[in-house]
Amino acid sequence: MEKTLLDISGVSKHFGGFAALTDVSIAIAPGERFGLIGPNGSGKTTLINCVTGTLRNESGSIRFDGAEISRLPAYRRTRLGIARSFQIPRPFHSMTVLENLLVPLAFVPNREFLARSGVEEQSLELLNSIGLADKAGTQSNQLSQVELRKLELARAMAARPRLLISDEAMAGLSGSEVDEVLAILFKLNDTGITIIMIEHIMQAVMRFSQRVVCLDAGRIICEGAPAAIVQNAEVQRAYLGA
Amino acid sequence: MVFSFELLQEAVLFGVLLGCFYAAVSIGLSVSFGLLDVPHVAHPAIMVFGSYCTYLLGLYGFDPIVAGIVLMPAFFLLGVGVYRFYYEAFEKRGSEAGVRGIAFFFGLALIVEVGLILAFGVDQRTVEADYIGKSLSLGEMRIPLRMLVAFGVALVLMLALMLYLSKTFTGRAIKAVAQDEPALRLMGADPVRIKQWAFGIATGVSALAGALLIIIGPVEPGMDRVYIGRTFAVVVLAGLGSMTGTLAAGLILGISESIVLMHFGASWAPAVAFGLLLIVLGIRPQGLFGR
Amino acid sequence: MKFWVSAGLVFSLAVIAAATVKNEYYFFAGYTVLMFVVLATAWNILGGYAGYVNFGTPAFFGLGAYTAAVLFKATAAPLALQIVAAAAMSGLLGLVAGLLTLRLRGIFFAIATIALTVIMETLFINWRYAGGATGLQLLRPAPIWPFASYTTMLFVVMAAMAVGAVAVARYVETSWIGRGLRAIRDSEEAAECSGVPTLKLKVFACALSGALMGAAGAPMPMYLSFIEPASTFNLNYAIGALASPMIGGMTHYMGPVIGAILLSTLQQVVTVTISGEMNVMVVGVLLVVFVVAAPEGILGLFKRWKKPSST
Repeated sequence: MEKTLLDISGVSKHFGGFAALTDVSIAIAPGERFGLIGPNGSGKTTLINCVTGTLRNESGSIRFDGAEISRLPAYRRTRLGIARSFQIPRPFHSMTVLENLLVPLAFVPNREFLARSGVEEQSLELLNSIGLADKAGTQSNQLSQVELRKLELARAMAARPRLLISDEAMAGLSGSEVDEVLAILFKLNDTGITIIMIEHIMQAVMRFSQRVVCLDAGRIICEGAPAAIVQNAEVQRAYLGA
Repeated sequence: MVFSFELLQEAVLFGVLLGCFYAAVSIGLSVSFGLLDVPHVAHPAIMVFGSYCTYLLGLYGFDPIVAGIVLMPAFFLLGVGVYRFYYEAFEKRGSEAGVRGIAFFFGLALIVEVGLILAFGVDQRTVEADYIGKSLSLGEMRIPLRMLVAFGVALVLMLALMLYLSKTFTGRAIKAVAQDEPALRLMGADPVRIKQWAFGIATGVSALAGALLIIIGPVEPGMDRVYIGRTFAVVVLAGLGSMTGTLAAGLILGISESIVLMHFGASWAPAVAFGLLLIVLGIRPQGLFGR
Repeated sequence: MKFWVSAGLVFSLAVIAAATVKNEYYFFAGYTVLMFVVLATAWNILGGYAGYVNFGTPAFFGLGAYTAAVLFKATAAPLALQIVAAAAMSGLLGLVAGLLTLRLRGIFFAIATIALTVIMETLFINWRYAGGATGLQLLRPAPIWPFASYTTMLFVVMAAMAVGAVAVARYVETSWIGRGLRAIRDSEEAAECSGVPTLKLKVFACALSGALMGAAGAPMPMYLSFIEPASTFNLNYAIGALASPMIGGMTHYMGPVIGAILLSTLQQVVTVTISGEMNVMVVGVLLVVFVVAAPEGILGLFKRWKKPSST
């Protein structure tokens, strides 16, 4: 049996009387490209927040690389190797693009990398790989939308994760911009990083994912290969509303 | 400390009357901070300003409750203005406004407080009315009539506001904007105008609360400080945005304060509200009926 | 290196002033200004760097003052020990208060700090050993050599504390701690997801800030030979500590210094020429004006004036 990197089992989350997630179970293999879709309000970001530790799940378990993490604070989970980008970009707005990356580089200790070069070099290296090197000295609150999205990804990458969660990184971008971001994600996956992609842009999800799960009203309604998901009647109903 | 059942009974009864008043004083903050997320530390200061306006109208023969009601539209406009300014200066510019927003209202509170000192001096001011100075006898206990009047008006005010928020269209829009602003925008409503309106209502309510404050006892400009503790304790204990919670929390505070006052003396009373606040924040920050 | 040279210079000036100036009023004014430099600098470590507004400076300052007074009354401890004990007690208060309330949003922390002040004041009003509501009289010991007067000695001590506080703030600001705090201020959620232990750093900043405020309060009872609750837990300390960095600039360690010097001096002038109340009004207005129009304070204005062509 293939080893599981992220094992979400029976996770539920309520906000007052509202059930945001009910009994969600997903197993993600190392190196997998995984797509998470569902209409607005279906619980995708809530699920991600439970995985990263921004929220605490009330029941169920979340195991990363075999170890239970649902009681750990978020920063510990990041140090274990889980990183995410935010749906609405949250740059460290008083810092330059380069300085933004210095934060995870400083706080997620990674000995093999520290041995190779200083943090500023590593930061530039990352910016290079993502196409933001020429903006290194720019204040992060002066970037365009697509640049902000790239910065989100670069900052998540600076934490040297084994699992990267991309939360609607392509929302509102033009066709060519979507291709740019998708290319970055493919490149990252090539280096062995497991990627969970939350997206509304179906063609991106289809091109990228090896496996897709669809959420609706906090429950999983379908799981499988991208082609099968798209044709699934339940999924279509969820998106188009009966 | 003498423990007697009668003393406890009297303390509880007094606490219920006081508590309902505290709830009315805090309900404006339940809207502005609980629902709209505005860090309105100047809320008590504006209420005290309302007390002084009531005093001024009293000099012209206005009954304090009538004065309070008359002041409500003017305070509504004041609230709309304050929110508009806050929105333009801070909220529009995003989350980095957190520290500055709090500091702004702190500065505003200082300005109001000092303005009152400069205009009226530091001495206490009172109002006169038929129901101030008399007491009602209930068995062994004597209840000051002004407390009963304040209790009654406070209760009516609270119920009116609660009905408004749950039954009218604008009222429900206010609750909606607190829960899901993007959805509201999609429906074509302008969240900023709704919030402005809500803040105006909260401030208008404070005018009447201020009138009740000066009915219950003398006022002086520095009173807003102890009321910051009381109002925030009530709002946090209630659970942000819960109107029924505000009434319950107000009663809890009123009764606790009253019991402490009667058994331990006045020097411990100010700490009750703040102590309660710290306990709630430490143990159950979402309050009784939190979102 | 430049910093330490300037710091040494400032301290030497203070010592020279202590040896040559004869008018006691200047020492009183100078002591007050230096004390507010410490308070403002301490405030800024949590308020400016991390973005958590503390209204409760009087709680930490007052606890420090009372710790020193009670320690002196009980054991006739020397000033140095009083300062250390005061810093320890107020640091502990910062630690506990931080652990309880820094998990919550900034506004809750701010309100909790107001609560702290009232509770501290109430505790000391009701503690007879510390003098209760009427206060405690203290007899000053002899000044330590080479100082001729106790007042000048305290002035120099406060000058040393001011330099020390600014040095500490500078270290925090330029270290990895400062980077983490800035990340917390800019976006706490993103900071946490970038591996920053947000709660630990915030609590550390709160404890450090509290400790410095407590240290600033320690010499006060000796200075006045008297301590009582109402003036010790006075709101003016909250206002001064908060307004100085907001006016001077919150992102750099010199901001609180500039703000404290300007504001303290302005306050003295207004109080003497117009009135005590007008002084509070002036501070309130300045606070609102700066917060709305010049959020980066005087330092920010200065930076913008120097680079008119910035994007």
